[in-house]
Amino acid sequence: MSDTYDILVIGAGPGGYVTAIRAAQLGFKTAVVDREHLGGICLNWGCIPTKALLRSAEIYHYMQHASDYGLSAKEVSFDASAIVKRSRGVSGRLNGGVGMLLKKNKVDVIWGEATVESVAKGNEPGKVTVKETKRAEAPKGAKAAGSYTAKHIILATGARPRAIPGIEPDKKQIWTYYEAMVPEAMPKSLLVMGSGAIGIEFASFYRTMGAEVTVVELLPQILPVEDAEIAGMARKRFEKQGIKILTGAKVTKVEKSANAVTATIEGSDGKSQQISAEKLISAVGVVGNIENLGLEKLGVKTDRGTIVTDGLGRTNVPGLYAIGDVAGPPMLAHKAEHEGVICVETIKGLHTHPMDKGKIPGCTYCHPQIASVGLTEAKAKEQGFQVKVGRFPFAGNGKAIALGEPDGLIKTIFDAKTGQLLGAHMIGAEVTELIQGYVVAMTLESTEEELMHTVFPHPTLSEMMHESVLDAYGKVIHT
Amino acid sequence: MPINVLMPALSPTMEKGNLAKWLKKEGDAIKSGDVLAEIETDKATMEVEAIDEGVLAKIVVPEGTADVPVNDLIAIIAGEGEDVSAAAAGGGAAPKAEAKPAAEAPKSDAGQNTTPGDGHMSYARVNEAPDGAKPAAGGGQAAAPASSGGRVFASPLARRIAKQEGVDLAAVQGSGPHGRIIARDVQEAKASGATKAAPAPAQQPAEAPKAAAPAPKAAAAGGAPAGLSLDQVRGFYQKDAYEEVPLDGMRKTIAKRLTEAMQVAPHFYLTVDCELDALMKLRETLNGSAGKDRDGKPLFKLSVNDFVIKAMGLALTHVPAANAVWAEDRILRFKHAEVGVAVAIDGGLFTPVIRRADEKTLSAISNEMKDFAARARAKKLKPEEYQGGVTSVSNLGMFGIKHFTAVINPPQSSILAVGAGEKRVVVKDGQPTVAQVMTCTLSCDHRVLDGALGAELVSAFKGLIENPMGMLV
Repeated sequence: MSDTYDILVIGAGPGGYVTAIRAAQLGFKTAVVDREHLGGICLNWGCIPTKALLRSAEIYHYMQHASDYGLSAKEVSFDASAIVKRSRGVSGRLNGGVGMLLKKNKVDVIWGEATVESVAKGNEPGKVTVKETKRAEAPKGAKAAGSYTAKHIILATGARPRAIPGIEPDKKQIWTYYEAMVPEAMPKSLLVMGSGAIGIEFASFYRTMGAEVTVVELLPQILPVEDAEIAGMARKRFEKQGIKILTGAKVTKVEKSANAVTATIEGSDGKSQQISAEKLISAVGVVGNIENLGLEKLGVKTDRGTIVTDGLGRTNVPGLYAIGDVAGPPMLAHKAEHEGVICVETIKGLHTHPMDKGKIPGCTYCHPQIASVGLTEAKAKEQGFQVKVGRFPFAGNGKAIALGEPDGLIKTIFDAKTGQLLGAHMIGAEVTELIQGYVVAMTLESTEEELMHTVFPHPTLSEMMHESVLDAYGKVIHT
Repeated sequence: MPINVLMPALSPTMEKGNLAKWLKKEGDAIKSGDVLAEIETDKATMEVEAIDEGVLAKIVVPEGTADVPVNDLIAIIAGEGEDVSAAAAGGGAAPKAEAKPAAEAPKSDAGQNTTPGDGHMSYARVNEAPDGAKPAAGGGQAAAPASSGGRVFASPLARRIAKQEGVDLAAVQGSGPHGRIIARDVQEAKASGATKAAPAPAQQPAEAPKAAAPAPKAAAAGGAPAGLSLDQVRGFYQKDAYEEVPLDGMRKTIAKRLTEAMQVAPHFYLTVDCELDALMKLRETLNGSAGKDRDGKPLFKLSVNDFVIKAMGLALTHVPAANAVWAEDRILRFKHAEVGVAVAIDGGLFTPVIRRADEKTLSAISNEMKDFAARARAKKLKPEEYQGGVTSVSNLGMFGIKHFTAVINPPQSSILAVGAGEKRVVVKDGQPTVAQVMTCTLSCDHRVLDGALGAELVSAFKGLIENPMGMLV
């Protein structure tokens, strides 16, 4: 038995470890439990290693087009294992960094699979049993499995790939992001099921590396959460790159043979076709990890595979909290981190507000990049707003031309009545690094006036953000 | 270093005032104690006294300027041996910025500015104002610096929505970082309807009479809730049928406070007849017995109204539950009676307050009233002399008014409207007889006084008036 913790976080993903560090900063005696890796999926099998892969693909792409910039590069090729090795190295380095941060903040790391036995009642703390796990070796200094007690227990167990019955990933021919991230060799052909951020990023990566790629999306639009205009532009670009896209289409059957998978795909017109590929990536979303945590026994309220909270992390069971993917969509690392901080600050009694989920940006790191925040044009209209829409194309921006990236668009949506920035949507080079400018503006509740009065540096891509706002009010300069 | 003369605060709650008159010209030599200017506020006119020596280098705010915020630069004095023109040129710019923070906290330096005892004010100099006015650093997270006329922190979107929806930001509690008002706060305030500043211009009904009148401004100049707009009112009359009289501070205050009183305080009225014969007799006796001062003038001359004031003061202490005022979520109950007395003056009225009217002798009340009345007519009352009070006495008997009702003067909870004392036929023991009778009507704030309580107060008052010896012991 150990001393009672003030806060025990289950799951050391981006949500969990940030929560633990913030808790420690607030003076809580804190521990974080994980069964596999510090930094979670994000850092080990998600956000970070895919960015490393995509960077390799991007540089490869530039080398193939070196002559566009007056350079020459002959016999450009790649080594798949070296690309994967670099990606793993990036994850490994950051994984070690998380361990260091936790240690520095005096957060105990407990290794194993946790189950909540009870929550705190009166002076009696909650109890968590941690079972030994063979999944991965414990980091140095971690506490072993056993029984632990804590006043507040925060679930940050994340999510895992959704599996469609009959098309269950087998790790060999049907991949999830785990396998797709560490290919032994580049597949010659690939079928991607699902066109959300994960599916599109892998499609973009493998297409750049030379694979024949087909993307199948159930809904009529790829990147279904994005603005229709942006998604339409993305589709055109992908198709120009040679990616085959089937929307309104459903994979009904998958047959495996020695060297290929053959998928039967039913279109919206009811006609079926068969497409064979070396590999199939199943990227049809993620589901919360709510199993084996003891939730049923405690009577924790869940909804469609995620835990229901009050927006400040509190579940219906006092003393038990949930943040991040397991607490519901949008399942994004930055949302998890923010929720975790709100949760522990609420426990501390600080002045907190539930997160405004309408102001969480989303980024997709395909080529071209896509970034957005707030309402799409269609959603804004659906909610009854009279909108003013601004657009500015990359072709009108000096920096974009100089970069050799003349394709793209920055779109802004304002409430005509109040000038509130309702949403911003971008496609093109580096837009994932631009979007936060609009996020800050939205968080500060800027109107078009403040955005117009803001000075944007020249020459930068960010000037397009200014021009897009100006365009919404008929004041654009460069088109 | 040139000395910056700032708009003084005449009372702790004063936020702005009118610069009525400059008594010194640019270039005049200034001695400490010289009267520089006259400042007019709600009700009082005060003189601003110099506390420095030098030359009046520049008048920044010309006389006749209305609504000058407290601590705004109004003039510059060049110190001894200083170049007057340089002082005039340089003094304004920098100190203006420096003076700003002071304006945010008029409360903290009010004490500095007020010279108690007489009707003169000294002004805050810029080199001392910021110190006294330093805003309290840090402070609570949620404490919104909204009220008190300071700067209101609100997001751009919150400001715009507030403007569009006619929500008064000063009345909105901010929930954002450091108490900043965010859009949601404004929407919630609007939904709760608590902070409607005034009908939003756009929503004004279109059927305005005759003149296609633009809707009234949010709050009319006087701060009174908007009724008909200026153009609407003009639309009713021939253009040459009237002359337009600008509002002075007192008129604006009367309009605002009494409109508010009628809208906020639920009034009801209790009327009683009081026989004055005993009182008149006693008054005659007392006045006849008054000693003389060195000049041979009597030391006091009691009026009927002095008895009324004293009777109200005593009645309040006899009925302690009525000696109280409404204060938002509670009632403030007083030990001693504070009785305001309406004094009509040219262009308006003042209501100076007799403190401890229950304890003071009739002669003390009488002399205090004479002093108040004289200074009220000269507009030289100090704010603390006409603020407060639990009740007031308004006597229109000298105009032959028999009976009337009065509007309660906030924050007071009642007001006694006193009519003329006149000979009437009354029935006593079944027989008609002639008595001197005065009709009094008490307006009561029902939030504080219920009917029975009000009646108790009125009958205590009547008892004292009709048996006036009770007021002497």
